[in-house]
Amino acid sequence: MKVFVPGDSAAISVGADDVAAAITKIDSSIEIIRNGSRGALWLETLVEVETPSGRIAYGPVTVQDVSSLFEADFLHGGSHALSLGKTDEISWLANQDRVTFARVGIIDPLSLDAYCAHGGLLGLRKALELSSQALIDEVTDSGLRGRGGAAFPAGIKWRTAAQATSDQKYICCNADEGDSGTFADRMLIEGDPFTLIEGMTIAAIAVGATEGIVYLRSEYPYAIAILQKAIDIARADSWLGKSVLGSAHSFDIQIRVGAGSYVCGEETAMLESIEGKRGVVRAKPPLPAIEGLFGKPTIINNVLTLATVPMILAEGAAVYKARGVGRSLGTQVFQLAGNIARGGIVETAFGITLKELINTYGGGTLTGRPLRAVQIGGPLGAYFSTAQFETSMDYESLIAAGGMLGHGGIVVFDDTVDLAVQAKFAMEFCAIESCGKCTPCRIGSTRGAETIDLIIQGVRVYENKRLLLDLCEVMTDGSLCAMGGLTPMPVKSAMINFSSDFTGAAR
Amino acid sequence: MTMIFEPDFGTPASHKLDQVNLEIDGRTITVPADTSIMRAALVAGIDIPKLCSTDSLKAFGSCRLCIIQIDGRNGTPSSCTTPVAEGMKVSTQSEKLDRIRKGVMELYLSDHPADCATGDECEVHGVAKKIGITTSRYTNTETHLDLVKDESNPYFTFDSTECIVCNRCVRACDEVQGTFALTIENRGFEARVSSSGTSFIESECVSCGACVQACPTGALTEKTLLTIGTPTSSVITTCAYCGVGCSFKAEMRGEELVRMVPLKTGGANEGHSCVKGRFAYGYATHTDRITKPMIRAAITDPWKEVSWAEAIAYAADGLKKIQSESGINAIGGITSSRCTNEEVFVVQKMVRAAFGNNNVDTCARVCHSPTGYGLGQTFGTSAGTQDFESVEHSDVIMLIGANPTSAHPVFASRMKKAIRKGAKLIIIDPRVIALVRTPGVVAAHHLQLMPGTNVAVINALAHVIATDGLIKREFVEERCDAQSFSDWEKFISLPENSPEALEASSRVPAGQIRAAAHLFANAKNGSIYYGLGVTEHSQGSTMVMGIANLAMATGNIGRKGVGVNPLRGQNNVQGSCDMGSFPHELSGYRHISNPDTRKIFNDAWGIELQAEPGMRIPNMFDSAIVGEYRGLFVQGEDIAQSDPNTSHVHAALRAMDMVIVQDLFLNETSKFAHVFFPGTSFLEKDGTFTNAERRINRVRPVMKSKIGKSEFDVACELSTAMGYPMSYENSAAIMDEIAATTPTFSGVSFKTLDELGSIQWPCNEANPAGTPTMHIDHFVRGEGQFMKTPYVPTDEKASRKFPLLLTTGRVLSQYNVGAQTRRTANNIWHTEDILDLHESDAQLRGIEDGSWVKLSSRVGETIMKARITDEVPAGVVYTTFHFPESGANVITTDYSDWATNCPEYKVTAVEISPSIKGPGEMIETHISGDPQLDSIIRMANQIAANVPESGAPEIQIAHHLVQFWTPSMIERLQNDVNKAELSPIVLKAIEILLVRN
Repeated sequence: MKVFVPGDSAAISVGADDVAAAITKIDSSIEIIRNGSRGALWLETLVEVETPSGRIAYGPVTVQDVSSLFEADFLHGGSHALSLGKTDEISWLANQDRVTFARVGIIDPLSLDAYCAHGGLLGLRKALELSSQALIDEVTDSGLRGRGGAAFPAGIKWRTAAQATSDQKYICCNADEGDSGTFADRMLIEGDPFTLIEGMTIAAIAVGATEGIVYLRSEYPYAIAILQKAIDIARADSWLGKSVLGSAHSFDIQIRVGAGSYVCGEETAMLESIEGKRGVVRAKPPLPAIEGLFGKPTIINNVLTLATVPMILAEGAAVYKARGVGRSLGTQVFQLAGNIARGGIVETAFGITLKELINTYGGGTLTGRPLRAVQIGGPLGAYFSTAQFETSMDYESLIAAGGMLGHGGIVVFDDTVDLAVQAKFAMEFCAIESCGKCTPCRIGSTRGAETIDLIIQGVRVYENKRLLLDLCEVMTDGSLCAMGGLTPMPVKSAMINFSSDFTGAAR
Repeated sequence: MTMIFEPDFGTPASHKLDQVNLEIDGRTITVPADTSIMRAALVAGIDIPKLCSTDSLKAFGSCRLCIIQIDGRNGTPSSCTTPVAEGMKVSTQSEKLDRIRKGVMELYLSDHPADCATGDECEVHGVAKKIGITTSRYTNTETHLDLVKDESNPYFTFDSTECIVCNRCVRACDEVQGTFALTIENRGFEARVSSSGTSFIESECVSCGACVQACPTGALTEKTLLTIGTPTSSVITTCAYCGVGCSFKAEMRGEELVRMVPLKTGGANEGHSCVKGRFAYGYATHTDRITKPMIRAAITDPWKEVSWAEAIAYAADGLKKIQSESGINAIGGITSSRCTNEEVFVVQKMVRAAFGNNNVDTCARVCHSPTGYGLGQTFGTSAGTQDFESVEHSDVIMLIGANPTSAHPVFASRMKKAIRKGAKLIIIDPRVIALVRTPGVVAAHHLQLMPGTNVAVINALAHVIATDGLIKREFVEERCDAQSFSDWEKFISLPENSPEALEASSRVPAGQIRAAAHLFANAKNGSIYYGLGVTEHSQGSTMVMGIANLAMATGNIGRKGVGVNPLRGQNNVQGSCDMGSFPHELSGYRHISNPDTRKIFNDAWGIELQAEPGMRIPNMFDSAIVGEYRGLFVQGEDIAQSDPNTSHVHAALRAMDMVIVQDLFLNETSKFAHVFFPGTSFLEKDGTFTNAERRINRVRPVMKSKIGKSEFDVACELSTAMGYPMSYENSAAIMDEIAATTPTFSGVSFKTLDELGSIQWPCNEANPAGTPTMHIDHFVRGEGQFMKTPYVPTDEKASRKFPLLLTTGRVLSQYNVGAQTRRTANNIWHTEDILDLHESDAQLRGIEDGSWVKLSSRVGETIMKARITDEVPAGVVYTTFHFPESGANVITTDYSDWATNCPEYKVTAVEISPSIKGPGEMIETHISGDPQLDSIIRMANQIAANVPESGAPEIQIAHHLVQFWTPSMIERLQNDVNKAELSPIVLKAIEILLVRN
């Protein structure tokens, strides 16, 4: 008898471990699979039972519910107050278009058999048949863009590194997922780590790299443990190592754990950190694809970018790029967070409206109060008002609306939010997390927080708003990296979209 | 005089050959590829504001003032980090750029003192004015203006309130100096420069001054700048410490020296410096300076200040009296490696022309004389083959018996830079010197040999190269003497030279030797650098030849990145040798026996030179003790402290009737002197120094002579008083005479030097701008000569009575006998000589760390403090010789190099024992008997042992004796020696000499 109790951090945080233990305590013969999370976080702990007619879901289950589940004969899909029916038929999940997250929540993350049974390694096997050129063409053709936030075409980056001549090249996976309201990297690593390993291996073959590094933040201890186990399994299975799946390619992966600096998610600061130095941003050029880790050509991609590659290879670029709109092709893994009724992972093709994401999937605010603001793209993303709810969720439309998609995190606020306070928070966040290298970011962020504070206090509001806007220009155009460069985005969007919060009068 | 201004082009020059055309502000500019836009603009005279960039450091891109706009590209990139591209169109000025620059500057000004302590020195206010903003709209803000100054370093302050966190200091410490002592602590607004979490004095900082030099504000400032004030004039001159020969701008305010600033265009140092040259110049104006001549009848009398005329007459009369009583050869002189080429040339001329003999030697006798012999024999000239910059092109660097991070710090920084770029390092040294493992550097091999076994190791390395088929035959066939090579190859391939056979002597595992040999031989460019750990041995000359053999066999001569390079100890030791200071050589290393060479000088000087070599320093001491040598002029060298076997030296000095010392200070030698002539410091001299890369640098007077005349005037006056009139209008005239009489200097003049900045000799018609790399197409001697180098263990052996081997060296902050550095604030780092010993040797003798120990050898004993360390292996102890109180040379013996008599400072058998009291009277041994005869016997037998047995060794010995020994020494060898004490080959050589006569 198989029961699925997610081993995902989010599920564990609401008691999944206790639930699993309680089930075993009652019937130790039950095989408990610690799958990844399905991403419907408001339903965690989401317990699933495998039945002849498919997996039946119950949730959110707490440890107190376990005995009643047994009483309701949940092992055979028995009816219970927490019954959700067949998992596949939960509309919140069924309506999504899971590509990158196709296996997350479904399989045992550390079962190579399960991985292969669900299409794993098909992409890598295809890649081994292709020339480097053809492989990179396929990725380029798919329209896949960097999911870390910069949205740079992955294929072009790969081509640059492939064309660089060097005795050593590296694949670096950026898993320093520091944006507030984002958790997709973590959930993918915890739920389907082999996909990431496969994606990195394909990238390595494409550019001729032999060493891979996953830069994983220390705040993700479960992800670190799971990924390490997965790497060990892949190595034992001769998938990683001297001869990748029996081919002439050599590739191995190691994990480097970040020490808790937000800016180390910036790619060049990440390289410095991996090299054992202070996490400080490098000036570009040189591009990391030409001169990256230890001065060698280096591909740096986000977890989601790399994890999408196996599917593109397995099913073909055409299948992938059939989704999406304009130049935003394929799917985006949105993460709904903040004051929202139904938070979690929503993977859909680009082009869904903000409104549909927030209302249809998210179900409005958790508090039930009127929704006032939505921040898209992490702490450096813009604040949108409900007036902008028809915005299409794709790279270009969001930029046109004064925002950015970033890593796909969406944080919802109800009508108690004060956007001046949020703007100040953006500057404070920057002041704390700035690497301290370039002056606009190093000093500007502190001055920004001080100036917004004066506006809130009603001190020379007009002059200080003027000064703040000047500062925003200096930071946007003068900063060395996106940290200082994007901090004005939440500030300015708040000032524009919620100008009433910046009058100096108490809200 | 005005201030010398060196422009700062923001980023380092590109060495790319292909040129790129671009347009900046409408002007077409052509620069090498990879040049930054900033540099392209600044070189063309288009100003771009900047704070975090300086052309000695890689672009950083943090200040964001140098932003520009490029047609067809988004944004406002920093011009320092953006390279030029063909056809690029750049704007450095626009409304937007102006707005951002002002905005950035407002941020700087919001956390920077309105009035900086250093005034105009602060670039923040300078740049702010330039972009038209003086105040900031941010008020009542959080700042760092209440941080406390770090005044712990004796020479500079760190005032964090003025710091703009541009990282220039941190980067200079990393990129230029290579010490990595500085860092940035914390993130964001709290990011501050930190000497790694402690005060500067307690940190890893080596006070090289690179951070002070790099700082654009008053955050890192020379204390003298704050106490004396902004300089008003400057003079370019050359440092008077080690043989690196760094160029400095001496910046003055009126008559007062404010600071020494390393010169970016200085060929040797390219803008870098060390604690000594940069800061430790205070001795020049120390109150201990003697500025008036003094005389006395006996060394027990007090000194009497007299006029120059009286002192000169007194000295000349004394010397003349000796010559009338004991013959023309009873007096001589020692030139100084601290003095200029011009001063040295005049002193050796005084000896040869006015004294009428060849009894002139120089302190190089006790340091690099084996270099002269060894490189002379193999390559044909006595000098390093490369310039310093060459090391940056090396793939493998072999460092033998040298500790550059202490003794040649500015060169060490270059070497570390090369290693950080990927060069591999092989260290041959008994001690674990810093370069074995230091930030950014891990030596590929440390061959930790026992002192005295250099030749065993170099032979073993060569053996592997010869027998493993690693010889670069093409090079050898084209460039080297075939017969000598084939003889050498047979010799070196003998099993007795294998690493396995020699492991027992050297204690270096054979496997390590084999690996190191392969690494070196397979390098594209392999270079060898060495110091006194090579020369100051009984086989010093053999080792130099072994090094030369290795370089030739591996084809590492005649281009950038390779070569054989002695790291010279003193500022002008190369020059003093070049100038004819050795008793057997005239300037330009021409033997005194050559009639053509003598004719040049006989004609120029109107004299008749003696055709035979004069006395070396140790010969002088030996002869003095037996009463044959009675008068000595010694300039700028404290032989009583620095020469080995102090008892012997003191006995010799005591035996003399007229000792004339010329120096800045009363010293150990002047205790035995009858005449004291005050000397001039480098800040008062006008002339040239020649550094270890043969670079002739100008030394220019920064202040008036404190003795009222030039130092060369004193030698001229003494010479004149002796009956040979001599005078020069100025130093330039002396250089003209050097050039006229010395082929390798024929193109050198002060005028050319002032035009070119510096010149590496040979400089003549063929090489009018000098010669950075020697032996490019052929060796100076024609074909490279391989020399057989049999390993002969030194007679100085560890015994039951003296079971440990003592070796000596220097520390960073002190210099040689300490006459200069002990009179500066450098004492804060090193206040006494310390004996380093291994824990096992300490435990065996009940010695605790920091306790007093008695150190004794067969010639003397002294007391110093012990330091237990793993920097020396068991069986080896180490100390420095900077302080007269500790008298390290009371311990060292008069054993010396077989070919040149360079003392064997680096190996002395000693014993140590705990001592309850600190240093008191040094215990000297009584010198009795006939030390001259003893020396003659030992030296003759030593030569015999070192000459290879095959190929008529007696002829080689006879030839050697005629070339380097005085006629009277040869005579004593023939007549006075008990023949039973001589080796049979020496006896054969004597027969040859008799026949010849």
